[in-house]
Amino acid sequence: MNNAIFSLKKVSKVFPGVRALDGVDLHLYPGQVTALIGENGAGKSTLVKTMTGIYQPDGGEIIFNGKPVQFHSPHDSHALGITAIHQETVLFDDLTVAENIFLGNYPMTKHFSIDWSTMVTRSQEILSSINAQMDPNQILRELSIGQKHMVGIARALSVDAKVVILDEPTAALSHHEIHELYELVNTLRDQGKAILFITHKFDEIFTLADRYTVFRDGCYVGEGFIKDTNEAQLVEMMVARSIEATYPKKDVEIGETLLEVSNLCHTTEFADISFSLKKGEILGVYGLVGSGRTEVMQALFGTTDHVTGTVKMNGKEVIIHSPKEAIDNGIVYVPEERQKQGIVLELPIYQNVSLPQMERLAKHGQIDEEGEMALARQYCERLQVKASCWDEKVMNLSGGNQQKVVIAKWLATNPKVIILDEPTKGIDIGSKAAVHEFMSELVDSGLSVIMVSSELPEILGMSDRILVMNEGLIVGELSRADATPEKVVSLATGGSVAC
Amino acid sequence: MLKRLIYSREGVLSIIVLAMFFGVGVISPDFISLSNSVSIFNDTSILIMLALGQMLVILTRCIDLSVAANVAFTGMFVAMVNQYFPELHMSLLIFLSLFIGALLGAINGLFVWLLKVPSIVITLGTMSIYRGATFLLSDGAWVNSHQMSESFIGLPRYEILSMPVLGWMAIAAIILFFWAMKFSVWGRNFYSAGGNPMAAFYSGVNVGKVQFYAFLVSGTLSGLCGYLWVSRFAVAYVDVANGFELQVIAACVIGGVSIVGGLGTVVGCVIGALFIGVVNNALPIIGVSPFWQMAISGLVIIIAVIANATSDKDKARIILRNPNANDEIRAN
Repeated sequence: MNNAIFSLKKVSKVFPGVRALDGVDLHLYPGQVTALIGENGAGKSTLVKTMTGIYQPDGGEIIFNGKPVQFHSPHDSHALGITAIHQETVLFDDLTVAENIFLGNYPMTKHFSIDWSTMVTRSQEILSSINAQMDPNQILRELSIGQKHMVGIARALSVDAKVVILDEPTAALSHHEIHELYELVNTLRDQGKAILFITHKFDEIFTLADRYTVFRDGCYVGEGFIKDTNEAQLVEMMVARSIEATYPKKDVEIGETLLEVSNLCHTTEFADISFSLKKGEILGVYGLVGSGRTEVMQALFGTTDHVTGTVKMNGKEVIIHSPKEAIDNGIVYVPEERQKQGIVLELPIYQNVSLPQMERLAKHGQIDEEGEMALARQYCERLQVKASCWDEKVMNLSGGNQQKVVIAKWLATNPKVIILDEPTKGIDIGSKAAVHEFMSELVDSGLSVIMVSSELPEILGMSDRILVMNEGLIVGELSRADATPEKVVSLATGGSVAC
Repeated sequence: MLKRLIYSREGVLSIIVLAMFFGVGVISPDFISLSNSVSIFNDTSILIMLALGQMLVILTRCIDLSVAANVAFTGMFVAMVNQYFPELHMSLLIFLSLFIGALLGAINGLFVWLLKVPSIVITLGTMSIYRGATFLLSDGAWVNSHQMSESFIGLPRYEILSMPVLGWMAIAAIILFFWAMKFSVWGRNFYSAGGNPMAAFYSGVNVGKVQFYAFLVSGTLSGLCGYLWVSRFAVAYVDVANGFELQVIAACVIGGVSIVGGLGTVVGCVIGALFIGVVNNALPIIGVSPFWQMAISGLVIIIAVIANATSDKDKARIILRNPNANDEIRAN
């Protein structure tokens, strides 16, 4: 095989107290797709930033076309034709498609002014090379999400790209759009570009990649050809232990009906939602994105207006119009974006934990700091939050530990019902298993769990009962024994159980 | 512990303020005398109180530009009440100034809370409206010292333990704020609502209401300061405290209150105000034109913001489980 066009040799990147990259190697070859695999925190994002000149390495060599190079800024790597397509592309809604594609790199005339006609023509060329049908003069705001994504890709390809980095590009895409992206990657490969593909999803790796490189905890673990390996082997390299894909679902005795929801309606989002939840039960709620599942849960938590219907706890009707009333009634909601919606970075750990129940802890409006500390200690220790002390600011913790603080916060309110929205989204395999184990512990200790998830194996593996939603309605309820992947998917996509 | 104190923002700032204070004292020993120190503090009292109110507002990611206009309106209002009803008891006038100030603050707060209007826009508007209302109220006329009652002028000047009541009021405000921000649920809410409004909302904190309280308190203090201002300078006119809101915001920013919300302490805020107070008082003594005063405050704001921006850099989160993990892996 021909030589690598782009190589990293023994590259290190040190932040105070942390070696984010520790002597890693990576080789990219023209006309080949290399998959970069690693758990969260393996150093993948740091690597991308080093490759694109955002970070400067503290050691090692970057070799491009056989010559050592140094990137002092993103501009330097851009100039050599190294370009990255990020998970969420940053675009400008009020600019035209062409302006978005060439932003920061506008073609100029001799008289120091922007050459609009060249910009539009070249945009047209780039867009047609990736089979995207749109007018370069259109304002971005008018495009669909999928089209915007294509503009983001066109932007990355507006330089004469030789190396293309795709950083979890499919995370925000629908099934159909993912398929289009695959075709695009194949086109780029045929054009002889060297491609680095970063992903969590194994099916993508085996569909697209020619080679793989595995990182773990900032270190290089190994590389090779995809055709010589299999999923189990890759997982083992990633986590350095073999993980069985089983779900640690414990058999818990299911008690009385705890929560009863009837005829919950909203003017535009959902209608006629009725279900019940028993003590010690895990109720899985499955549905495609946009099926209204999150909206129903938020209504239960009191964050949505214009909701009608009744909610009963232990047979008594409760009225919930705000998160505070939900918390007081023993219902808590752990949102999907746990860091964004769950944590105050500037506050210390113990103050984050006590946030929802400060008033309960306080006497005559005066905070009981001892009580707060005790609470934080109890729940953070139970969840094994790694921190030097409990009055450390949350911003100094790693992402995983921040998430644990969010969960500790909600558990500390001593809820009866805990609603988990996409509890394992965006976290690596090792942590997923820990979350599942933890859910089992929760129901074992007498709580009831509602788990909203888009991941079928998780829904099937963890739920006692499954509700399936489609277009704002509950379209089916399946017991654990009855549920099969085919039934659930068929219901969620508007089919009937019979098929 | 001592090290931590010195390296903290408040620690560094107090050292700078003290160095300035004693530095000027070398040139002019009278400057650091006890009576002059008390007088500097007394001079800064209004700024301290307004800065504490503004701190609440900034903590919740808002800004209150209307404080100085509130001072002018309330000051004029109570001065005129005093002019026409000189027999009215002072406690009633104080209550009136608190009430009017609170009312003007509540208007800002309600717009921010219920209509979700950006605070910079609404307070920019009310800043002009309150100032204009002061003109309408007074018809452009001044209320001079001879039109004010003796107790109206005398109250803030009344000395207890060699310090005027004005200074004691500032001390009371500092103690009250210190307690409230550290030990009360009410105070803690400003930090959570400003630090991450979304997370606070999901935790049952009514963020809009917290912002309303911030404006209410800022307005109430402005009202009180309105009386104190016209009483102290023994004159009320339309342009009272013109542009003073910028000094108030400057005191907060110098004192380390983050303009994006969620960060800031009572101690820092007070030292920030004292910094401006010491500069204002020191410049004439060392023979520098008072016109330099604003430029110096401006410079300090820029330095403070840069110091803030750089201190958070280079901070990385902990990715490796333990720093020796690599050695262990290699050893295996």
